[in-house]
Amino acid sequence: MRVLEGEKVTKYFGGLAAVSHVDFHVDQGEIFGLIGPNGAGKTTLFNLISGALILKSGVIRFQGEKITGLKPHQICRRGVARTFQSVKVFGNMPVLQNVLLGLMFGTPTAMSSAAATREATGLLEFVGLSAMSATPAKDLTLANQKRLEVARALATKPELLLLDELMAGLNPTEVAQAMELVTKIRDKGITILMIEHVMKAIMNVCDRIMVLHHGEKIAEGTPREIATNKTVVEIYLGE
Amino acid sequence: MIVTILNVVIAGLLMGGIYALIAMGLTLQYGVARVLNVSHGEFIMLGALLTWTLYSAFGINPLVSLAIGGPLIFIIGFLLYRTLFTSLRTRAASPAAYEGSSLLATFGLLFIIQNIALAIWGGGMRGYSYLNFGANFAGAVFPVNRLVALLLAVVIGLIFYLFLARTRLGKAIRAAAQDPATAGLMGVNINLVLALCFGLGALMAGFAGALVSMCYPIYATMGLEYTIIALIVVVLGGLGSIPGSFIGGFILGLIGSIVSSWQPGLAMAAYYVLFMLMLLVRPTGILGK
Amino acid sequence: MARVFSKRSFLPGLLLLVLILLATLPLYARGAYILVLLAAILMYIVLTVSWTIFSGPTGYISLAPAAFFGVGIYTAAILGKVLPLFAVVVAGGLISFILALLVGTITLRLRGVYFAIFTFGLVVLIKELLLFWEITITHTRGRFVVLVDNTTIYYVMLGIFVAVMLTAYFIRRSKYGLALQSIGEYEEAAAHIGINVTMVKVITFGISAIFMGAAGAIMATRWTYIDPYVAFNPLLSFLPVLMAIFGGMGQLYGPVIGAAIFAYTEELLLTKFPYYYMLTFGIILVVVILYLPNGLVGLIPKLWRRRAGGQRAST
Repeated sequence: MRVLEGEKVTKYFGGLAAVSHVDFHVDQGEIFGLIGPNGAGKTTLFNLISGALILKSGVIRFQGEKITGLKPHQICRRGVARTFQSVKVFGNMPVLQNVLLGLMFGTPTAMSSAAATREATGLLEFVGLSAMSATPAKDLTLANQKRLEVARALATKPELLLLDELMAGLNPTEVAQAMELVTKIRDKGITILMIEHVMKAIMNVCDRIMVLHHGEKIAEGTPREIATNKTVVEIYLGE
Repeated sequence: MIVTILNVVIAGLLMGGIYALIAMGLTLQYGVARVLNVSHGEFIMLGALLTWTLYSAFGINPLVSLAIGGPLIFIIGFLLYRTLFTSLRTRAASPAAYEGSSLLATFGLLFIIQNIALAIWGGGMRGYSYLNFGANFAGAVFPVNRLVALLLAVVIGLIFYLFLARTRLGKAIRAAAQDPATAGLMGVNINLVLALCFGLGALMAGFAGALVSMCYPIYATMGLEYTIIALIVVVLGGLGSIPGSFIGGFILGLIGSIVSSWQPGLAMAAYYVLFMLMLLVRPTGILGK
Repeated sequence: MARVFSKRSFLPGLLLLVLILLATLPLYARGAYILVLLAAILMYIVLTVSWTIFSGPTGYISLAPAAFFGVGIYTAAILGKVLPLFAVVVAGGLISFILALLVGTITLRLRGVYFAIFTFGLVVLIKELLLFWEITITHTRGRFVVLVDNTTIYYVMLGIFVAVMLTAYFIRRSKYGLALQSIGEYEEAAAHIGINVTMVKVITFGISAIFMGAAGAIMATRWTYIDPYVAFNPLLSFLPVLMAIFGGMGQLYGPVIGAAIFAYTEELLLTKFPYYYMLTFGIILVVVILYLPNGLVGLIPKLWRRRAGGQRAST
C-alpha cells in the first residue's frame, strides 16, 4: 500500500525550480531515503509534503487522499510528522512538556492529563531521554535535542515520519544510536522518509532511496542499485 | 476644471514625492539595518521644526537649511545606531529577538523625541511663508513653493537612487541588505554600513520634513501620521525594496490627493484600505520578493 | 518540602486578603481621591495584563491597546444614554473583541512585522474615521457622557481586573498557554505538531482586546466630554508596553507590579510635568530594553543566584 505518493511535484522560488516534476512513492513500512547534494531540493520537498510550502503544480497524496493545499497542522492531524534540519525544540519548556504538546494537539482524541503524562513518559523512554524529563530543552546536547524532536513528532501518532538530516552534527556513536532508533520506529509500524548526508546510515538502514539533483529526480532504487548507479556516483565524486 | 485636476495632481505628486523620500528612508532602516523605526516621523518633525526655527529666528533660507539640518539629523541617526541599536544587536539572542527589541526601542524613541520637541517648541502649529506666491502656467496659478518642493523631492530621490546604484558605498549597502554575513566576509565594514544606512534614513526624513515645512503648517505631534503612511508605503512597495518605496510613495500620494479632494479626512482610511488589500492579496508588495 | 507547602497555601490566602481589602475599600476610604487613584491604577494593570496575554508568550508585538481602549470609550459615549452601565461595559468589550478578530484575521496569517505595523496605525485610523463620521455625517463634534459615581467606577474596574487576572492565569496554565509559548519559540514547529497557529493567535488576540474595551467603556465616564482626540491617545498603547516590559513578562505578577508603579507615578507627575514625565518614561523603556530585558521579574532569579553564588564563594 502506498502511504505517500507525489506526482509531478513542482516548486519555484523566483525563477528557479527548487523541485521539478518529481514523481515518487513510499510504501507502507518502508524506510525511504532521500539523498542529493546540497541545494538539490530535499528539504523543499519535505516542506511541500508537510504543508509548510505550497506547490506550484503537481499532487501529493497521503494514504490515497490529496493533501496538497492543506495547512501543516491539518496534515499533522492526518498522520504525518516531521523533524527539522535545524532542531526546533521549545527550549524554555521542560523536555516532558515538549512531548506533551505533541500529544495534546497532534491527535484528535482528547486525553486525560494523567494518561498523557504516562504516554509522554513512555515516549521519552523509547528515545532514551527518561532521565531528562524535567530539564529545559535548551539545556540538552544536540543529540538529545534531536531525540526530543523525534519523541515530540512521535507523540502526534503519525503513520509517516519525515526525518530531516537526523544524523547531522552527531558523532559516530550517536549516529549508530540514531540508526538504531530509526529501525525501532519502523518496527513499531511507522513508515519513514529520511533525508540524509551520512551515507553509511542511508545505505544500511533504507529499503529504497531516491536521489535528487537540482530539483530533479535522477535515480531511484535499492541501496545497491544506487551505489552502483553511474550518474549518482559522478555527482557525488564531485563532492 | 482642468486647473482643479492639475492642482489635485500636483498636490498628489508633491505629497507623493515626500512620501517617497520618507519611505525610502524607512526602507533603508528596515531593509538593511533591520530596524522597524516607528519614530521615523519624529525625524520628519525635527527637520520641519528646525527649518522653521532657522527661518523664523535667523532668516535662513529653507533651501539652505537643507544643507544645515540635513547633516545634523544624519548625525543624530548615525549616533543612535552606533550606540543604541548596535548594543541591542549584539545582545539579541536571535535576529527575530533583535527585530522585536529594536521595534520597542524605537517606540520609546518616539516618545522621547516627541516630548523633547513639545518641551522646546510647544504643541501649537507653526508655519512660515516662503515662495508663497503663484506662478502663472497655461492660464492657471500654481503655488511656487509646492512646485519647488516637488522638484526637490524628485531630485533628492534620484540622487539617492544613483548613489545606491553607482557608487561603491551604495553597492556595499545593497550587498549588506542582501546578505550581511557574506558582505562582511567580502570586506564590507558591516557595522559602519548599517549605521550609515540608519543615518541616511533619518536624513531622508529630515529632508522630507524641511520640504513639508515649506508648504504646510507644522507642529510637534505631526510625526505619527507620517510614520504610519511611510509604513504603509513600505509594505505597498515591498518590504526592503527601495524602488518599490519610491513608486509606492507616489501612488499613495496621488490616491491621498484624489480622496482628499472628494472627502477631506478620508485619506488615511483610503491608505488603510489599500494596505488591507495588499495584505490579503500580495503581502510581499509590488516589487517585493 | 515544608517551605514549598507553606508557600502554596500562603499565596492564595494573601491574594484573597488583598482582594477583600480592595473590595471593601469604599466603606472606609476617606474622600473620593483614593478611589479615583486606585481605579486608574487598576485600569493600567488591566491594560498591561491584557497586552501580556497575547504579546507576552507569542512575541507578536501589538501596538493597538489605545485603539481598543478608545473603542470602549466611544461605545460608552454612544450607548451610554440608551443602555444600562453593565451592558455598556460588556458592549465595549464585545466590539473590541470583534475588531481584534478582524485585525487578527487579516494580519496574523503573516509575519509579525505586518501585525506590528497594522496595529501601530490602528489608533490613528479609527480616530480619523470617527472624526470624519462626526464632522461629515452627524455634524456633531464630541459627545457628553453619562456620569457615573466614583464608587461604581471603582467596583466595575475592580471586577474587570479580577476577570482579566483570572483569564490570564487560566490561559497560562492551560494547554493554550503552552501552545502560545510554543508559537513564540518556533511557530513552524508548533504548526507541525498539530496546533492551528493562526486560530490560536487570532482568538487570543481577541480575548486580550475584550478587557481593554471594557476598561475603556467604564473609564469613559471620567471625562465628561469625549471626542476622537480624547478617546484615541497613542500614549495608551505606549504605557502598557512599558509597564509590561519593566515589570517583566516571565511571571503573571510582573506586569501587575510594573503597571502599579508607573500608574502611580503617572498620576503624580501628570499635572506637574506633562512633557517631562512622558520623556522620562520613554527613556526608561529604552534603558529597560537594553539592560533589563526580562524586567523586574527577571531580576529576581539573578539576585537569588548572586546571593547563593556569593555564599558558595565564601566557603
